Amino acid sequence: MPAECTIKKESMDAGHDLPGEGHKARIATFKVFRGDKNTGSEVEYKVPVEEGMVVLDAIHYIQRNISPDLAVRWNCKAAKCGSCSAEVNGKPRLMCKTRLDDFSSGEEIKVYPMKSFPVIKDLACDVSWNFEVNKKITPFTPKENTSWIMNQRDIDRVQEFRKCIECFACQNVCHVIRDHDLKPKFAGPRFFVRVAGLEMHPLDGADRLEALKNDMGIGFCNITKCCTEVCPEDIHITDNAIIPLKERVVDRYFDPVKIILRKLFVKR
Amino acid sequence: MSAILTEKPKEKESFGKTQRKDLWWFEPLVYAVGFGAFIFYATWAAFQGKHYEYGPYLSPFYSPLIVVDWWKFSPAFLILWIPAGFRMTCYYYRKAYYRSYFMDPPACGVSEGCKKYTGETAFPLIFQNLHRYFLLGASVLLCFLWGDVIKAFNFNGHFGVGVGSLVLLANTFLLTMYSLTCHSFRHLIGGFKDSFKCGYQYNLYEKISCGNKHHMFWAWVSLFMVGFADLYVRLCSMGIWTDVRLI
Amino acid sequence: MSTLDRFEIHEHDVIVIGAGGAGLRAAIEASTNGASVGLVCKSLLGKAHTVMAEGGIAAAVANVDKQDDWQVHFKDTMKGGKFLNNWRMAQLHAQEAPERVLELERWGALFDRTNDGTILQRPFGGHTYKRLCHVGDRTGLEMIRTLQDKGVHMGIDVYMECTITKLLKDDGKISGAFGYWRENGKFVIFKAKSIILATGGVGKAYKVTSNSWEYTADGQILAYDAGAELIDTEFIQFHPTGMIWPPGVIGILVTEAVRGEGGVLKNKDGFRFMEKYDPERMELSTRDVVARSIYLENKDGRGSPHGGAFLDISHKGADYIKKKLPSMYHQFKELADVDITTGPMEVGPTCHYSMGGVKVEADTTATSIPGLFAAGEVAGGMHGANRLGGNSLSDLLVFGRRAGLHASEYAKKNSSKLKLDENEMKLAEKEMISFFERDEGENPYSVHTDLQELMQNKVGIFRIEEDLKYAIEQLKILKERAKKTKIEGSRMYNPGWHMAYDLQNMIIYSEAIAKCALQRKESRGAHSRIDYPNTDPEHGKWNSIVKKSNDGSLVIEKSPLPEMPKELQDLLKEKDLVKK
Ligand SMILES: Cc1cc2nc3c(=O)[nH]c(=O)nc-3n(C[C@H](O)[C@H](O)[C@H](O)COP(=O)(O)OP(=O)(O)OC[C@H]3O[C@@H](n4cnc5c(N)ncnc54)[C@H](O)[C@@H]3O)c2cc1C
Ligand code: SF4
Ligand code: SF4
Ligand code: FES
Ligand code: FES
Repeated sequence: MPAECTIKKESMDAGHDLPGEGHKARIATFKVFRGDKNTGSEVEYKVPVEEGMVVLDAIHYIQRNISPDLAVRWNCKAAKCGSCSAEVNGKPRLMCKTRLDDFSSGEEIKVYPMKSFPVIKDLACDVSWNFEVNKKITPFTPKENTSWIMNQRDIDRVQEFRKCIECFACQNVCHVIRDHDLKPKFAGPRFFVRVAGLEMHPLDGADRLEALKNDMGIGFCNITKCCTEVCPEDIHITDNAIIPLKERVVDRYFDPVKIILRKLFVKR
Repeated sequence: MSAILTEKPKEKESFGKTQRKDLWWFEPLVYAVGFGAFIFYATWAAFQGKHYEYGPYLSPFYSPLIVVDWWKFSPAFLILWIPAGFRMTCYYYRKAYYRSYFMDPPACGVSEGCKKYTGETAFPLIFQNLHRYFLLGASVLLCFLWGDVIKAFNFNGHFGVGVGSLVLLANTFLLTMYSLTCHSFRHLIGGFKDSFKCGYQYNLYEKISCGNKHHMFWAWVSLFMVGFADLYVRLCSMGIWTDVRLI
Repeated sequence: MSTLDRFEIHEHDVIVIGAGGAGLRAAIEASTNGASVGLVCKSLLGKAHTVMAEGGIAAAVANVDKQDDWQVHFKDTMKGGKFLNNWRMAQLHAQEAPERVLELERWGALFDRTNDGTILQRPFGGHTYKRLCHVGDRTGLEMIRTLQDKGVHMGIDVYMECTITKLLKDDGKISGAFGYWRENGKFVIFKAKSIILATGGVGKAYKVTSNSWEYTADGQILAYDAGAELIDTEFIQFHPTGMIWPPGVIGILVTEAVRGEGGVLKNKDGFRFMEKYDPERMELSTRDVVARSIYLENKDGRGSPHGGAFLDISHKGADYIKKKLPSMYHQFKELADVDITTGPMEVGPTCHYSMGGVKVEADTTATSIPGLFAAGEVAGGMHGANRLGGNSLSDLLVFGRRAGLHASEYAKKNSSKLKLDENEMKLAEKEMISFFERDEGENPYSVHTDLQELMQNKVGIFRIEEDLKYAIEQLKILKERAKKTKIEGSRMYNPGWHMAYDLQNMIIYSEAIAKCALQRKESRGAHSRIDYPNTDPEHGKWNSIVKKSNDGSLVIEKSPLPEMPKELQDLLKEKDLVKK
């Protein structure tokens, strides 16, 4: 049974030093941000490495054995909930999906909270802005008299967007938010993914193009694809969500021929 | 346990600041050099205004060849703005040059320093939205280029194959692939729809979506090839290189 | 200054504690019914356990197998639960699940489709027909996102990262709840006419578990402390297939959908051992049977290298696997370096679900305390001795809706002004602060580790009298240790402090598990006694009941099963259904 075959119990007095003899394990050095919105420092921890260990395991090790008050968010530990986003050596990652074997031995591993959001404490930061953005998006509004029959081929595209686990790694890395801090005007890649999922839903009847252009600021995105690079769910955010949405916005607001044709032929 | 005081998180940072330890600057540098080299060569080739024809071959920079009296400059400029505009507004190249030249951002998670930013919402970048019209223009040019390919197999009224014919064929094929995998084309074919009633249209859309995943690949190889095709014709015409007849 | 002024207070008609499937569905229904609703959860919105559910929602919509109907679903559920289920809950569940699933679709959920464009269903353990509506292997994500988006647009106030530690009562009726903000450790009071508990399960008391830090029996113990009864606590489901290697991933779930899609279990000799234990249903037998079979294979030395079995789906081909089980593919690829499209996965049992929980009235989900309702995993009775896969998500929807409806009705009827009891609040506050007052004491994490070890080894899949007695004794010691832990740091986002509180709940619930397990001298469903290996019909006539006695100790009783109406009894008697 797995119960019997699991890890040896860690010695609790490991303290700041390394666990006692008998451990031939490799030791990894972590530099973790500790602090809050006012002050902070980088604290070094030594953690014994086990086979298949991920960064979140190391953080848990630190919590259990060294600093029980180290703040971190996590839930599933299986890359399904999107709670444990942080910056590992400067890259936005899910800690539960970042294996220690990815780093060369002896390499120091820096773990910082997401940079684009205000820090609450240690690795937890205040992501409430994202929930505010979501509230403003027109929800799913079915077309009238629909039969609720949908073809798999029509929903394949949307199902990709629905894979999003709201880890906000893309929001964190997007330079429009990270460097230019255009938060009030720009909704961010996560919410373009969400809108794409609604706009391309075969049975949705609402229209969000105006909101996309004006309130969500899709024009601020310069399709530099950092969001796609970091998405742990492998959603092709830029190619499949943002660019197709941009094209739809062009249809409505920028394509001169279409605008004229609409003016001439579409009755109000 | 050592404690090193770092600055407060969330502060405007200077350009290039990052905790990344990998060679994040390598990719934008390669693009900057590759792209720069091409622009440099293309400008020179366009300015030259001669050596664009050799036997049945016509350089793609000069196709279709428009020679009119009132135009005193190289004929290349009459048409080159179309492919140039096509590539400049291409979603892929935009990414590449925003990163490599505008450093906006230089790489993911690397600070750009503090700058005013309007993205593609204001002049001039708002015109990127007209990419689809450049696609239209480029498609017209493609027709001429396919015409050139046919001509390139015609040696004084006889079918023949020279290395140059193959070069032009490859070039036009790659340019076609590049255009077929364009995001605007994908939108035109089916991206604008929420559901597909017609199975053929869906299949086509799927094929194009599949190709679109490799748009970057087509962008680079077609760029390289179009430069090479011009160079090939030019070298032959200048007598530096001899075209080999295969058939 | 009165106590009340010191606290931040929010007032609503209905407070829902827990924002998983059950909590969200309840909040939506209560809000639709005109109540002002507050939704409280301890992590961020959309991160509750429901998001991790993979396989699907069981509902007899009969798109794939036309013969399916609620009667068959009802029979399967009762049979899976070894007839200990509350028949009325099982009936309501089977009848209403299809409507609830279709409703999700009306709210924007996108299930995988059949060729006709209706919702596709897959087979699952213990279900007679293909019944599980699914989205690849991320059904829970689809469900929680749909509910979440529906909810936030209805004007429900969401209080995220806020943990409730006490229920407040006025004259025996619910009047509010007391909690703290995780972010800053400040206390907060929710005043409400009715409260719905939807806090999920207890799996964090075990060492090898698929459950997250949230599953610490909070809701069960909130209700228990307030005087409500718990039911069937001895039944803890061990999911037969969790990851067992490498050490970092032990316990992470491998969805039953792998077997539903055709995965086969083999022992180290390559023998498909389920042939021996359940030749009819093979891998798609109920979870208790499969988990026990893997255990027995290991006992006889035929297990896999790390003490489990091999689960192989590679014969289905890479494309099919990546389409139908994408997150399993990635989970193994990235966390264990195993490519499941070419080779087998190594799996073993992991603690998964608690069938027991707060005892509720079937139709209304009301507990014995006026104004307190419970739905979802926190409520007990529906699944009896063993839950069928996929029956939980549908349970959340069916009873979540009922809870929302009845709690808001209750709030309407009881509109008289409620008072908050200052003393109660002061006590609740004192309890939470006391952890900081000690100068020395143990690290709460080490007590937790010992608790997990104890429960895993002594009150795990196989139980025996001496172990259970030993565990009950040890739990007393742990309870004392837990009271004397010491917390470092401040009240700001301090997981150590949070753990110290959660520990108390887990220990009380563990005691309930162990005591009821000792009382049930038979093997039934998820409860297997080495000393009583057979199912005893006499024991099939009662449920275990747990409550807090006047002196504060935990007492257990037996309560006879409610009488089932004749037509349902007849249904169960129909051919092939009387077998064990
Ligand atoms: C890995 C995995 C896979 C599963 N797969 C399936 C499947 O395929 N099909 C199926 O039917 N079932 C499945 N299940 C079971 C099912 O997902 C759960 O039983 C179900 O999601 C429980 O939902 P819930 O609404 O009761 O609680 P949860 O979704 O767990 O929500 C609990 C909520 O309560 C909150 N909470 C807890 N305590 C407090 C407190 N003290 N104060 C405030 N808030 C609190 C939490 O923050 C959370 O929001 C699976 C479970 C797991 C772990
Ligand atoms: S592609 Fe657009 S949304 Fe994505 S990171 Fe770049 S600028 Fe942000
Ligand atoms: S789109 Fe990807 S990166 Fe962004 S929040 Fe969703 S899962 Fe995370
Ligand atoms: S803990 Fe859920 S994604 Fe990492
Ligand atoms: S997107 Fe590159 S050519 Fe259109």
